[in-house]
Amino acid sequence: MSTTAMPKSWNINTKPHKFCPGCGHGHILRALGEAIDDMDIQDRTVFGCDIGCSLLAWDFFNIDSIQTHHGRTTPVMVGIVRANPSLIGIAYMGDGGGYAIGAQHLVNSANRNDKILVVLVNNTNYGMTGGQMAPTTLPGQVTETTPYGRDALETGTPTQGPELVAAITGENAYVARGTVSNLRQLKKYFKKALENVQEGNGFSFVEVLATCPTNWRTNAKDTWKFLEENMASYFKVGEYKVPPTKREG
Amino acid sequence: MEKPIQEEKRVFMTGNEVVAWGALAAQADIMYGYPITPQNEIMHYWTRLAPKYGKSFLQTEDELSAGFATIGGVLAGKRSFSATAGPGNTLFQEPISMAEMMRIPMVVAIQQRGGPSTATVIYSQQEVNMTTYGGNGEGLRIVYSTATHQELFDYMIKAFNNAWKYRFPAFILGDGYQAKMREPLIMYNPEEKGIEMVKPDVSLGKEGVPGKDRDPVYLRNAYSMEEELFEVLMPMIEEYNKVSPEIEEHFSLSCEDADLIIVSHGIVSRAAMAAEEELRKEGIKVGLFRPITLRPFPEGAIREICKSTPNILIVESANGQLARLVKEALFGLPINMQAIFKPGVGITSEEIIKFIKSKKTEEIIAK
Repeated sequence: MSTTAMPKSWNINTKPHKFCPGCGHGHILRALGEAIDDMDIQDRTVFGCDIGCSLLAWDFFNIDSIQTHHGRTTPVMVGIVRANPSLIGIAYMGDGGGYAIGAQHLVNSANRNDKILVVLVNNTNYGMTGGQMAPTTLPGQVTETTPYGRDALETGTPTQGPELVAAITGENAYVARGTVSNLRQLKKYFKKALENVQEGNGFSFVEVLATCPTNWRTNAKDTWKFLEENMASYFKVGEYKVPPTKREG
Repeated sequence: MEKPIQEEKRVFMTGNEVVAWGALAAQADIMYGYPITPQNEIMHYWTRLAPKYGKSFLQTEDELSAGFATIGGVLAGKRSFSATAGPGNTLFQEPISMAEMMRIPMVVAIQQRGGPSTATVIYSQQEVNMTTYGGNGEGLRIVYSTATHQELFDYMIKAFNNAWKYRFPAFILGDGYQAKMREPLIMYNPEEKGIEMVKPDVSLGKEGVPGKDRDPVYLRNAYSMEEELFEVLMPMIEEYNKVSPEIEEHFSLSCEDADLIIVSHGIVSRAAMAAEEELRKEGIKVGLFRPITLRPFPEGAIREICKSTPNILIVESANGQLARLVKEALFGLPINMQAIFKPGVGITSEEIIKFIKSKKTEEIIAK
């Protein structure tokens, strides 16, 4: 992984990007951009972003892009690739978009084995709207709508997305959870996921654990600690489903 | 591949079947659908016909998905459509508002059923408000209210063409009666009739490497500033207003010497037409006005007629949804208005005749 140059698939004219300092989105989009570069699929890829912080990526790439509605990026990308199967559709969304308002789309697209990649950024809160509880908020975590901490008895436990998706997809799906604390691994996941789509093999889903210091109200040290200790202990990083053709060894 | 319709063909079929054939005749590429009565057979016929002509279908998880996937199909440069009714139309308002904002020429056939809520699967004209002005927006849409199976076919073709020509979402507003009943019509290949089919264009996934051979395409519906939105929206509204006279359509009959104009739309206008014929035989001078486009509404045409005949009787299977559009169109004119509102219930010519005859002349005909 290069350390300084921007990925070729990034649009240099729209940088610096619009995300907050310390936000995980930039790192994720870098790993995604590098995976796209390595595969040389810039001309065939269509990028869709959701509402929430993910919409700030609407002019991020040198890739045809569309910003949709909250939770609705999955069906838009499904519609595109069903009409033109030669395109590689990426639906980019947050945890609210994928696990709450758009959950039925994620579940059914996974179940239909649509040939798209869904990238879901899990930062345990609704960032754009000011830090409310998300389906992924950890037990006890303080947010604007759980000011005394999330009470699991009242509001449930964090959604285990890749586990859910892996359980309902077919054999040929690729499902993984990466983290911004391991970008080399994340890029590898993205490449496998994109290859799976490109080969017309199956649905691909990558959840990424990401930082949100603005809404977590954490300094650099505590931000890293929350990601690496609190989140990582609840959300296990790794591959949850690998199609037979992509299995190593 | 063989063309779905080679030459003019007289057929006898249900309205839902007509919509599927109309979409084929309009060279639609893909349908995204979700089951809801009374439009289901549109999907049933499409799924049977589509593979024979290289067309596609996707059954989605709900109407939100059907609407947004239809938008996706359009963005990929394909003539894409869906069909829905009632509560499904309610869900459709979200993708339709995005289509309005982003000038996406999606086509949706709506077969109205009873409302509010689940109500009946049978019939109504209660989806006028929603189809013309639903969603959070300004109603930048084209809505054709059909009355016959021939029109279902004709206006499917026109809906695709005008959606792609003007880039506003377009709707066929039928109803459960039209969906389920059979009647004769003539199907044809529009190009053989000299109707030029507007070619769809690709929005996302164009030729070349973005950033190298060309600029990337960025489509969005979210804006940061009030002024930014205003600058995007006002030209759209101005353009809609400018092209409206080209899109507006209406049907009128015997208005010139009429004392009373019956205003109705869709299938109810057929009852109104039968009533007009009967009443004329008895020497009662009745005229008819029927908006075919409910959006844009044929305001100029109805104002012209009502300037000479200010007495109108609005008849609809809703509680004043057409009346609202009519009143807005006639704002400022001195009008004497009577109404038959039967929300969710069909209306016969006999009822209209009886209503008119039950009124004293001065009640219904103000001089």
